[in-house]
Amino acid sequence: MPDLEQAAGENRVQSSTGGRYFLRFTRAQRGLHAVLFTTFLVLAATGLPLRFSSTPWAIRLAQEVGGFGAIIFFHKLCAFVLTAAFLIHFKNVMMRGLVHHEKGIFWGPTSMVANWKDVKDLFGHFRWFVGLGPRPQFERYAYWEKFDYWAVFWGMVVIGASGYAMWFAPFFARFLPGWALNAVLVVHGEEGLLAILFIFSIHFVNTHLRPDSFPMDMVIFTGVESEEEFKTKRQQEYERLSMEGKLESRIAAAPELWLIKFSRIAGFTAIAIGLVLLVLTLSAIFL
Amino acid sequence: MEKEDGRMAKAATQDVFSIAKFIRTAAHLVSIIFPGDFTEASSVLTAGAGPLIRVRTIIRSGIVSACLAVLALAVAPDALRAETDCLACHADKSMQDSSGHSIAVDRKTFKASIHGSLKCNDCHADIKAYPHPEHLAPVQCKSCHDGQESELEGSVHATAAQHPCTSCHGDAHSIFPKVDPRSAVYTLNIPGTCGKCHGNDATSKKNGLPDVYLPYADSIHGMALAKGGLLVAANCTSCHGSHHILRRKDRQSPIFRTNIPQTCGSCHAGIADQYKAGVHGKALAAGKSGAPVCTDCHTAHAILQPTEAAFRMRSTPLCGSCHKAQFTTYRDTFHSQLGALGGYVETARCWDCHGAHEILPASDPKSPIASANLVKTCSKCHAGANQKFVQYQPHADARIFKLNPGLYLVRLFMNLLLISVLTFFAIHTILWLIRARYDQIKKKSAQGGKDA
Repeated sequence: MPDLEQAAGENRVQSSTGGRYFLRFTRAQRGLHAVLFTTFLVLAATGLPLRFSSTPWAIRLAQEVGGFGAIIFFHKLCAFVLTAAFLIHFKNVMMRGLVHHEKGIFWGPTSMVANWKDVKDLFGHFRWFVGLGPRPQFERYAYWEKFDYWAVFWGMVVIGASGYAMWFAPFFARFLPGWALNAVLVVHGEEGLLAILFIFSIHFVNTHLRPDSFPMDMVIFTGVESEEEFKTKRQQEYERLSMEGKLESRIAAAPELWLIKFSRIAGFTAIAIGLVLLVLTLSAIFL
Repeated sequence: MEKEDGRMAKAATQDVFSIAKFIRTAAHLVSIIFPGDFTEASSVLTAGAGPLIRVRTIIRSGIVSACLAVLALAVAPDALRAETDCLACHADKSMQDSSGHSIAVDRKTFKASIHGSLKCNDCHADIKAYPHPEHLAPVQCKSCHDGQESELEGSVHATAAQHPCTSCHGDAHSIFPKVDPRSAVYTLNIPGTCGKCHGNDATSKKNGLPDVYLPYADSIHGMALAKGGLLVAANCTSCHGSHHILRRKDRQSPIFRTNIPQTCGSCHAGIADQYKAGVHGKALAAGKSGAPVCTDCHTAHAILQPTEAAFRMRSTPLCGSCHKAQFTTYRDTFHSQLGALGGYVETARCWDCHGAHEILPASDPKSPIASANLVKTCSKCHAGANQKFVQYQPHADARIFKLNPGLYLVRLFMNLLLISVLTFFAIHTILWLIRARYDQIKKKSAQGGKDA
């Protein structure tokens, strides 16, 4: 996975119309997000009917796709794909950090690892919410973005492990106590529910539906954002790059029209499915 | 047999029509064999006496007729049957009585029927001569079938407005032995016969009878009978009896609650033995009439093949209707989540682990859920199940700390995590939304733009 400066350089074309565009996500990162949200939607759509198996919509949905047999097939298929994606990502991060000694992977302004600034940003953000202070200036990854990342990271480990423990229960029973087989379903179900509720409400709003990005932040699909967006959303990174003289290296081509259109369709489809699942989940919990 | 012979002899002596009819037939025959001389004789015998007849001819035809009569009596007793005379009128298919009911009798069918050897007035006993009275007394089947008639008394059909015998056996002139496929009470025809009244039609609605025909027809018994032509498949009479049918509330009835295992056991002997050895059978034997009997799980008429998806799908709530606490904890498990969605009927239902008929408590070493047998029981589905695997609790209640401390704590932790994360970010995001929207509006109005 090349770093952003490198990746941007590969297809650097000065935009003829409008302002400059800057690369935020590499192709591999966008691909990872696409795999992640596609499999997550299927996992949620096939997991929820199991979690709320006595609700009419769950039974109906199961019947439409061919009953539990079909549901568990798609659930396991996506689980496998997501596991593979997770392992590839994990290997890449480890290679970049430990083998190639790339700077900024495990620490620093561009790292996903939380630091003291994130704590200050969190409190600063809250102060700004209630009008007690200025808006914090963020680096490449803001604290809620890091939380999203680590929530998904932890979630995949927990849900994945408990899922595989159920999938291969007799094997896992060789080293797990008996009650753990009961517990893995509770863990899998609750953590899955948390992930679904979090992604389909908090992540959707924080990242896509909030006024700054409404109705959808396209950067995860196109990989690039406008200079104005870059400056307002991640002022500190913009300024740091300017000072270091590296800003130019991040300039990328404006997204092509087909990619914008395709991203809109894919993104809105995902958000729509997510919101439907959220409504179904909330109705199953509270009705 | 002796009785029947006697009755036939008696009927023969009463037979006044047959002799006159025979003589007339004989005269016809004579006139055909010896044309000319006997022409008048034949007409005399047909039309009565007349003054122009020659005495010699009369004597000759009389002798011939008498001889033929004797001969006919000796070689063809059938020719003397009374119905020949009755059918001179009643063979007319359009014949009706004053109230419009058909009183036609099909000669061929009647002759072939079980009553074909009887004479009409064996049953229509109040007919002594022709012409007979317009209104006849109802036929009393019990004059011969008194055993069946007395069984019928006290049964649910005893007070039926329709003639109880013919409503099931069909028209008395076309009754066949019950082993004859033409019989209305031939094994394969019984459901259809009972269904005439106990189906979903006007008769059943008028009398408030349940529609049992269709559920039966779709059941494993009905299918075996109708599709497989299986004579041993249970039909209506197998469980209800035939003549002495009693209400299910009647202690004598084979379908009285506590009699049901025995009734079903008359075919399913092996299952009945298992049932008796199990907790349900023992409870019933101990006088607990609430204990489930065969029909509580299998239903009475709509009995399905138990391995069929439809039955497996609805079976768990069935056990759960009594075992409520166990049903609740079962529904928390993956087994239930799987099972509820359909299309995956293999998932463990109650009896996959507990057994179906010989259900035994876990304390019984023979029980499939006795700790020594768990590996074997779980291995039916989970290949490679070991001692640790079977420590899994299929009815674990994660809500009670005492029962499952580990599970309780895991659930508590997961719930706290879920609630705290969502609550924190809900507050965070709502505040953010409000603030961002406020800034947006302020910025737009400062730019002199329209309020967004």
